[in-house]
Amino acid sequence: MTQYLLSVWHTEGDAMPPEDEIQDMYTSVEEFNEELRQSGSWVFAGGLHPPTTATVVDGTGSEVVTTDGPFSESKEQIGGFWVVEAADLDAALDIAARGSRACHGRVEVRPFQDE
Amino acid sequence: MNTPAHGEVEAVYRAAFGTVVASLTARFRDLDLAEEMAQEAFVEAVRRWPTEGVPPNPAGWLTVTARNRALDRLRRESTRQARHEEAMMLTAPEDPRAPVTSVTDERLRLLFTCCHPALAPEAQVALTLRLLGGLTVPEVAAAFLVPERTMAQRLTRAKRKITAANIPYRVPRDAELPGRLRGVLAVLYLVFTEGHLPGSGEAGLREDLCLEAIRLARVLRELMPDEPEVAGLLALMLLTDARRAARVDAGGAVVTLDAQDRSLWDRAMITEGHELVRACLRRNRPGHYQLLAAVNAVHTDAPTAADTDWAQVLALYDQLYAVTPTAVVALNRAVALAEVQGPAAALPVVDRLSLDGYHPFHATRADLLRRLGRGEEAVAAYDRALELATNPAERAFFIRRRATVAGEVR
Repeated sequence: MTQYLLSVWHTEGDAMPPEDEIQDMYTSVEEFNEELRQSGSWVFAGGLHPPTTATVVDGTGSEVVTTDGPFSESKEQIGGFWVVEAADLDAALDIAARGSRACHGRVEVRPFQDE
Repeated sequence: MNTPAHGEVEAVYRAAFGTVVASLTARFRDLDLAEEMAQEAFVEAVRRWPTEGVPPNPAGWLTVTARNRALDRLRRESTRQARHEEAMMLTAPEDPRAPVTSVTDERLRLLFTCCHPALAPEAQVALTLRLLGGLTVPEVAAAFLVPERTMAQRLTRAKRKITAANIPYRVPRDAELPGRLRGVLAVLYLVFTEGHLPGSGEAGLREDLCLEAIRLARVLRELMPDEPEVAGLLALMLLTDARRAARVDAGGAVVTLDAQDRSLWDRAMITEGHELVRACLRRNRPGHYQLLAAVNAVHTDAPTAADTDWAQVLALYDQLYAVTPTAVVALNRAVALAEVQGPAAALPVVDRLSLDGYHPFHATRADLLRRLGRGEEAVAAYDRALELATNPAERAFFIRRRATVAGEVR
């Protein structure tokens, strides 16, 4: 079994979907999460507040430097993620396809290193 | 045992390489190890076969030699993972005379792994040629005109992704199979077209790549005899490659189908291709490659260009367009339409297609305009084709045609 990070990315400046679509999305994501728990693939998942709520901490120097804003200047920002356990990449891609449909967003699949 | 002639070891090795890598990958789940040990077994063969003779089952000999070397290697490296140690304990070195079984399935698994859609298309092609085709890294690099180091990195990165992301080593389940098989066929056809019409470099044709693609398609057909598209792809390659000797003239220019010396066509390949197409027709599950093969069967069936059954070609393109409704298919259909109804009927059809960046579009337009006596427009269209075309044999043909048409205009 391999663990995978399934992350959902939003492009900054994209219009917010209408309220009823957001409600639909919450419902379908909750159903999908329940499927994951039932099938035993679930490890962890969560949605994130917008990138404007992020703070970057740099402890690599002698003094800790704290700055406002997301780490990346990129227009693409992570909005939420799942950590799942799957037999192989094909199984993870299948989960990702269902997740993508549920959350109305594209999903990046990335394997975790072995512990 | 017979003593191998020069080059025979190489040929045997090339044919057996995929089998050896597949068999070792199945056993050790480590592509790098499988590849390295297959290479070492070959070195061993080069050293021993010339004096001891080629063993009766060369693929089996190479597999067992590579497998034993892998076990030796793992035994030495005691720090390796537990699964390797397990593999070591399970089996003692094997008798090199023992038959190797069910290797065909292993090759199929390897092919589907190499052509996994999670890998970049260029990596899929490179892995297939390297691990199944047995081409060396410099050979794969030369085939795609990239520096050796770039190709080595591309292969390493792809193999690392297969391991890290846990890309499965298996033939996809029935539900996924049609989609995944399409990917495999696309990779093999890409290898073939790169040989048939290299997009870059000095060569107008690259025979080695065509032959390699045909060889791999034969392997796939042997492994999946019930898939008509596999047979269709093999037939398409055979019927295209059969015309190789007639395709480029002494001046290095492409010779169009109507002007080819048909006595140069390879009759054995044509016969085999026709048989495959007939078998596909009996199955009656038409698909993209089968229909393209059928078009080529019609062409190769005609003793002279004038005998070509263009109505049949047009009907096949209609079917193909129903399966693959792309502008490129529409363009090729228009070429057949021009033969059946004349260039005046085909030109408006061609003009409606948005293929401005595709040189065959401009070459087709140029030819239709030329036949309609619209020389100046034909010259302009040849100029546009020349701006886009990179294959030297095609360029030579366009330059010559352009000059002829320009001469008539003047």
